[in-house]
Amino acid sequence: MVSGSLTMLSDLPDRQAGFSLSPRIDQVGVEERASRFTKRSIKKESKLNGLKLVLNMIDLTTLEGKDTAGKVKQLCYKAMHPHDSYPGLPTVAAICVYPSMVKVAKKALGDSGIKIASVATAFPGGQAPKDVKIRDTKYAVHEGADEVDMVISRGKFHAGEYNFVFDEIAAIKEACGEARLKVILETGELGTFDKVRRASDIAMHAGADFIKTSTGKIAPAATMPVTLVMLEAIRDFYYKTGRMIGMKPAGGISKSKLALHYLVMVKEVLGEDWLNNHWFRFGASSLANDVLMQIMKEKTGVYQSANYFSVD
Amino acid sequence: MEKAIKKSSLKVSENGLEKPTAAGKPVSTKRLEVMKTYKIYIGGQFPRTESGRYYIPTNAAGKKLANVCLSSRKDFRDAVVAARGAVSGWSGRAAFNRSQILYRMAEMLEGRKAQFIDELIQQDATKAKAEKEVNLSIDRLIYYAGWCDKFQQLFSSVNPVASSHFNFSVPEPTGVVSIIAPQGDLPAGRQGSLLGLVSVIAPVIAGGNTCVVLASETKPLCAVTFAEVLNSSDLPGGVVNILTGKPSELASWFVDHMDVNATIYCEKDSTVQKMIREKSALNLKRISLYDKINWYSEEGQSPYFIMDTQEIKTTWHPVENIAGAGGGY
Repeated sequence: MVSGSLTMLSDLPDRQAGFSLSPRIDQVGVEERASRFTKRSIKKESKLNGLKLVLNMIDLTTLEGKDTAGKVKQLCYKAMHPHDSYPGLPTVAAICVYPSMVKVAKKALGDSGIKIASVATAFPGGQAPKDVKIRDTKYAVHEGADEVDMVISRGKFHAGEYNFVFDEIAAIKEACGEARLKVILETGELGTFDKVRRASDIAMHAGADFIKTSTGKIAPAATMPVTLVMLEAIRDFYYKTGRMIGMKPAGGISKSKLALHYLVMVKEVLGEDWLNNHWFRFGASSLANDVLMQIMKEKTGVYQSANYFSVD
Repeated sequence: MEKAIKKSSLKVSENGLEKPTAAGKPVSTKRLEVMKTYKIYIGGQFPRTESGRYYIPTNAAGKKLANVCLSSRKDFRDAVVAARGAVSGWSGRAAFNRSQILYRMAEMLEGRKAQFIDELIQQDATKAKAEKEVNLSIDRLIYYAGWCDKFQQLFSSVNPVASSHFNFSVPEPTGVVSIIAPQGDLPAGRQGSLLGLVSVIAPVIAGGNTCVVLASETKPLCAVTFAEVLNSSDLPGGVVNILTGKPSELASWFVDHMDVNATIYCEKDSTVQKMIREKSALNLKRISLYDKINWYSEEGQSPYFIMDTQEIKTTWHPVENIAGAGGGY
């Protein structure tokens, strides 16, 4: 329960000191461990099932200044009908858009069961006053977002103002109401694994339902080692509090094979309870078509061409 | 003044340890042979096959030529990805620049003539025939270098139409071409493992396409060395990708890949030809069967080879029909 963990932390005499006690990360060890997950061989039937699971975990994303209502509608259609020449395919998990596009997406998706995620809190920079961020969040939720993807204040985090970051996340969580909150750490701007771990701990204690690697606007975005650090933070948090937290790597995952490696990692770090789209998501735009091409390759035995798959 | 160090005293022995030698004693002429590893060429890199397999072609005398990569369908898949990625850059270059690069390929081949002649001799050619084949290969590259910015004028047209449109047709590259190169071991010197290879690659890339080529199975040495020529000719990575291996294993993948736009096959095997005709229907590939071409003769080079991997695009451009409007000017 959220409020439970909040109380627990505010009981600490010095919360700020508490977060600087997050475990240190062995960088070489993490990178080595992450590379091992890529050595599993997944073929035939299990590959096909894995690919369908990946498709079902995708947050189909468009976050561009040039987004129009037409683009969002087209993306929603793609979400509901990934590839009609293969009947019975699962849909993606959610559509991820800017707050101004939530209403359009809501109307387009209807009762398809596909969730609407909206970025908020002055995405992607997060450089805005707190009340603006809260209004941004409330607007997205009011428009109909089921999930809110917020960014943390990386500047404050680097300055060591962990309380500020914590309080901000907690305030946004409150503004979300029923909507699930994904907290974007923007790991590409954090610099070290130690900081990624610390930011993960802060986000989870402050009430995040999901922790997410990146906005997709900064390179490097999601990598396997950084995701492993966050998955281990989720595991430790679960052992400590009994509360499950979701994970969303975003940006840079555009090939099916890599997505399957991520699934292996989730299974081996967190277990099968996390292997569904309630607890694990891929933030991606081009991954969906690659997954569809691989599924069609498994079905037809013929290597596919991007020309025969809809551009989303 | 200190005593100058004698060169002979710095000699390194075969096992890498320094061994003092008596002054004046001649340096050993024995050395370890440095053998070339024959690898494949994908996206401007020289990887080994992902399958880790190899085969050993032999010449007529039974001498083992090399351990050559036995490419798998996944190498082909990777090569097609590289080729597809290179299409927009290569077809978008000025035709004149493509011409310059083909000419550069000829220059590089000229500079490494001796190596190619040597490899052809290893693969059963006589010295005279090997020389002739390498010279012809260089000339063929020059031939197609010349055509790069000229075939468009020959094969495009302005068409008479009844409405007020400016109507014109121009050839455009079809995209990614998969090529099973001539095997080069037919009797009577009709083919050549190098000349055949160059003769099928040059027109395809002269026209702005990219390609994946399966080299001769029995005589693959020149193909890998030719990849080194390509690599030093300013040809962008991925425009030509060269695999070694068995056509019997790979032919069907060369034809049914949906991201390949055309296929070239140069052998007489009628079952393979039938398979190519059937599978190419999957995405309406252009197919060219060059099984009767004598690459040594005049019929081995022609701008029509370029046209085999071109599409004709016709444009209707609206224009004002001044006379038809009854005058107004």
